[in-house]
Amino acid sequence: MNSVNPLHWWHVFLALPNTRPVKTIGVAFLVALVCSFSVALTAVTLKPLHDANRLRESAASLVEVMEALGLGMPVMRLVELASGDYVIHDPGTRVGLDPARGVAGLGKLETVATVYELHEGGRLKLVILPVRGAGYQSTLKGYLAVKGDLNTIAALTFNEQDETPGMGARIEEKKWQALWADKQVADESGVIRIEVVKGKGVGVHEMDGISGATRTVSGVTDLLRFWLGPDGYGPYLARLKSQED
Amino acid sequence: MSELLLSAIFSENLALAYFLGMCTFLAVSRHFETAFGLGLAVIAVETITVPINNLIFTGFLADGALAWVGLEDINLGFLKLIASIGVIAATVQILEMVLDRFFPALYHALGIFLPLITVNCAILGASLFMLERHYTFSESVVYGFGSGLGWALAIWALAALRERVDENLVPEGLRGLGLAFILTGLMSMGFAVFGGLELG
Amino acid sequence: MNIKNKLLIEPIVATNPVTVHVLGICSALAVTTSLATALVMSASLIFVLCLSSTIISLIRHHIPTSIRLIIQITIIASLVIVVDLVLQAYLFEMSKRLSVFVGLIVSNCIVLGRAEAFAMKNPPGPSLLDGIGNGFGYAWILLAIGGVRELLAAGTLFGRTILPLADEGGWFVPLQLMALPPSAFILLGLLVWAVRSLRPEQKEVLPGTGNEEKVI
Repeated sequence: MNSVNPLHWWHVFLALPNTRPVKTIGVAFLVALVCSFSVALTAVTLKPLHDANRLRESAASLVEVMEALGLGMPVMRLVELASGDYVIHDPGTRVGLDPARGVAGLGKLETVATVYELHEGGRLKLVILPVRGAGYQSTLKGYLAVKGDLNTIAALTFNEQDETPGMGARIEEKKWQALWADKQVADESGVIRIEVVKGKGVGVHEMDGISGATRTVSGVTDLLRFWLGPDGYGPYLARLKSQED
Repeated sequence: MSELLLSAIFSENLALAYFLGMCTFLAVSRHFETAFGLGLAVIAVETITVPINNLIFTGFLADGALAWVGLEDINLGFLKLIASIGVIAATVQILEMVLDRFFPALYHALGIFLPLITVNCAILGASLFMLERHYTFSESVVYGFGSGLGWALAIWALAALRERVDENLVPEGLRGLGLAFILTGLMSMGFAVFGGLELG
Repeated sequence: MNIKNKLLIEPIVATNPVTVHVLGICSALAVTTSLATALVMSASLIFVLCLSSTIISLIRHHIPTSIRLIIQITIIASLVIVVDLVLQAYLFEMSKRLSVFVGLIVSNCIVLGRAEAFAMKNPPGPSLLDGIGNGFGYAWILLAIGGVRELLAAGTLFGRTILPLADEGGWFVPLQLMALPPSAFILLGLLVWAVRSLRPEQKEVLPGTGNEEKVI
């Protein structure tokens, strides 16, 4: 009996009329299997190239920020967000966030983040913090550069966003980004006051808005407040401040 | 909510601002009756599929959505494209059967364009926008209806225009398709105006 | 004209998928802001179209009618994801400019349209040729419009300055409208006008004369 021969069964399967349920389910299953295998194979094989490309791209915008400020290259440090301490190793763990707490649309938060510090003449000159948050229709990712007093903003750039071209996407325009320089995060009592308003901003705590991009810029406000607050880099910045004083 | 509805219909019109669903838009806009039927079908499919896709995403695919089964670490977000297409294909299939049974004339007039709604970029695009913007369920219902209605209004307007224009003396090479493209371009410039309005 | 030439030549003008069958318009508008994006988009579509038509044709006798559409879409979607991944790996800058539109090839009517209208009923060899022919028919439209829009909106072709901009000391003041989507529609309309003037058999007859043009 050659009924054990798989090739024989394959021919039997192919010979079935297409209306039989066995054939229908069989074909569906096989197509799904082959397709998912091919896609997964491609994704896994090309992953190193993707990672390298993305790394090169975010590094490039960091270099741009530094060159725009006319400064040297910063030093990279790993920081544990909850305590604000330096760590040597990033375990890659992420914790879920409670949406009721104002979390800039983020679902999960890493326990260890990468920051960049620039020291000049023994004093802290600049801290660069990667930030991200939900915009209007995409996630906004960028870098916030804070001066040595840990309250004045040196720059805020965005290197990744998918907002409406001509409106929300204008947060990537140099002209708007230049307006962030010298805005202040908190007032004398330490309360975070920085905010992007509609129209022109008044004072050091208000940043000019972008017309037609209300939801995008409110996303910017939210993400700034999150990352500068107790759930983000707040503990780290507080520790730096106490060291400098 | 009203701002969402109005922007879905006008300033963010899927056809005239985002140029989605163009194939059926241009091919079916020759006669008003067919365009009217297609517009209604699009409104129906959008209003049904956008909220369902929202439910499926928050219930099964989002980061941590499977917590109710005890699998809160799983993030199946990458499946959203194929899940959305699946829901849309099923909805269109059912709609086809309903039309064939109760409105056979419309079914035959729409011909191949009814199954082509499945891959109409406007239907898929609306679901993808809804997911990107993290709408709630009720916002999805409003957005699904609004975006469908906006697309339908655009095709109704173009069909009405083309029926009139076709009766006039148009240079032979421009007649039909060529003129439809130019008319749509002008309409899109008109609708783009709504992008400058600030609602509320 | 033997069958091979017929499949390859006809879709260029006589049965062009964009201007005659009105398929694949969505992407034709959004990615024609420059020649480079139009070229990459065309190449991606030709790749997906050829492979999907060939594969679907190879298994056409075994696809049950009840799941026909979803099987086709699954195969096309997988090919599109593969193309997207390859672009992200080797042409990262370009893939960012094309963003969602490579993904939207999934819903590009040309791919599904040819699968349904041709690949399901013909052997793999002719299906491949049909894919190539339609792919190139789509490509030249995109390149033509992309070329005009880039030239008139920025004075460049493939990024190289052809018409020096007035802002930079030249004489050319760009037409801002060319950077916006409505211009793609209008250019496409003018292109169709030109083609039909040269090929009178494609002209549409006035409705009511009883000889309506078949769309598909």
